[in-house]
Amino acid sequence: MTAATASFDMARRTPARRWFDDPMKLWGILMLIPYALVFLVLVTYPVAYGLYLGLKPQSYVELFRDPAFAIAAWNTVLFLVIGVNLKFLMALALSGFFMAQRGWVKAILVIFLLPWAMPSIPTILSVRFLLNPEWGLVNAQLFKWFQIDGPNWLNDPQIAFGTAIFMHIWKSLPFWTLILITGRMAISKDLYEAADVDGASGWQQFRFITWPSLAALYVTSTILSIIWTLGDFNSVYLLTGGGPGDRTHVLATLGIRYLRIDKLDLGIAAIITAMPFVLPLVFVMVKRLSRGPRDD
Amino acid sequence: MNSRRIWEDVRLFLVAIPVLLWTLIPIYHLFILSISNEKAMLAGQFWPDEPTLQNYRIVLNQQHYYLNNFWLQLFNSFLVAAAVGIITLFVATLAAFSISRLRTPGGRTIMNLALATYLIPAAFLAVPMYKAMGSYGMLNSKWALILAMVALASPYAIWVLKQASDKLPAELDEAAVIDGASPLQIFRLVYLPLMAPSMVAIGVYALLLAWNEYLYAFLLLSNEKQLTLAVALGQFLGADDSPWNILMATGMIYALPPMVIYYTFRKYMVSGLTAGAVKS
Repeated sequence: MTAATASFDMARRTPARRWFDDPMKLWGILMLIPYALVFLVLVTYPVAYGLYLGLKPQSYVELFRDPAFAIAAWNTVLFLVIGVNLKFLMALALSGFFMAQRGWVKAILVIFLLPWAMPSIPTILSVRFLLNPEWGLVNAQLFKWFQIDGPNWLNDPQIAFGTAIFMHIWKSLPFWTLILITGRMAISKDLYEAADVDGASGWQQFRFITWPSLAALYVTSTILSIIWTLGDFNSVYLLTGGGPGDRTHVLATLGIRYLRIDKLDLGIAAIITAMPFVLPLVFVMVKRLSRGPRDD
Repeated sequence: MNSRRIWEDVRLFLVAIPVLLWTLIPIYHLFILSISNEKAMLAGQFWPDEPTLQNYRIVLNQQHYYLNNFWLQLFNSFLVAAAVGIITLFVATLAAFSISRLRTPGGRTIMNLALATYLIPAAFLAVPMYKAMGSYGMLNSKWALILAMVALASPYAIWVLKQASDKLPAELDEAAVIDGASPLQIFRLVYLPLMAPSMVAIGVYALLLAWNEYLYAFLLLSNEKQLTLAVALGQFLGADDSPWNILMATGMIYALPPMVIYYTFRKYMVSGLTAGAVKS
């Protein structure tokens, strides 16, 4: 056996060899270099630079004095609590609907995926004009049929913020519904048939068969969705621009607001302030996701 | 039995109607605005009085000052999306092979770092990325956007490809090793053909991510001629009297390529991308 073939043997790799003599190791390291470079240049350096800019205590004093920050922080909590829970209740219900064995329900699923397949900018801007108080379709029709002036929609902070939550759900609902459909498809049909024979009601079937099988997936998906919802910039920024009067900002858009008014340090400080909440979730998810398929 | 089925159909139907309305209203409104003339646009109608393709003609002939560089910006969007798709695939396929098949020491650490990057909201990395690109002197270059998007797309790409790769039986490369294959030959002759479906899903994922990106494009690019179409659409919002009908026609054109790609590769997308996320 030549030295070369011996070193190819993955199962019995001789530890004494230097790494550059072992083609497995040599190629393994070479092949990791592109991503390592991407990570160093485009993640490590920006993050380190950001942390460095975030060192000034003065920024935090100024940040906490800015009423826009307190409003944005509270809005972010509302956005997460209402947005994520509402989205998952809807996804849970709709995943049940899409399990129906009908051709036309499958056809509706294809349409239902459109918000996910389409870029968000045109559709968000479409809703923005739909709700325009003077020219938008909604208020024009309200006036035509009921002779009433519709609400001021995006010029009213509460309604505007509610609409931003709607926009977020509209965009991300198809993805999570698909995930829960996949989860439901993994449940054995025999369980439902047996339950049917025993005369279990629809609610009982959900309570004792569907939910126990879906619960873990539901929780993982919810955590993942919390993290991503936190970063939803488009639904707020393109719909309301953070207005009226900076009342509808969330943390994801606040950083950009500070950038635009030339207070970049405050933007960085706002993001760092959110880290104690974000990092534990990230840590939990990294642990959950990094398990290989064979360790389950 | 039959009456039970009909009753079930009725109930399904009662769910289907709100689902369709919910999904289609923003898209329908996008479409009717794009075929409205200015008068119909301001009238708030369910169907415009004189539907017209005039807006599309204006867009394609670049006859509005917001659209002076429409074709160039459309090309920029294509270029950025294609480059991000290709570079992400290159980076992620090599990394996944190294971590999963060659079991390179430190691979797991790199995987976890990548996952953490993937999980931190991209909007939070935007400001630091903007500063970093500034100090690299790359602001306002398409390459800044391409590289930033590669950094955002590759962690998920590596993770999905690694998951898929872990499922390939170990005997495959063991057999190839016994036949005297080098790692590079295993990569080319065994790994790439088996991974092709996952690679299609990942290539499409990265491409769509880049095509749809607004925030990073708007931060990193400011020169008219460098902009992607996504940012150009956002610029319409600058004025109060924006030509919304022309904006929506541009939006329809912008939305079309990703939709075609998405529905063409839907099978790959759903199985390739949800498989990983579904693990609980």
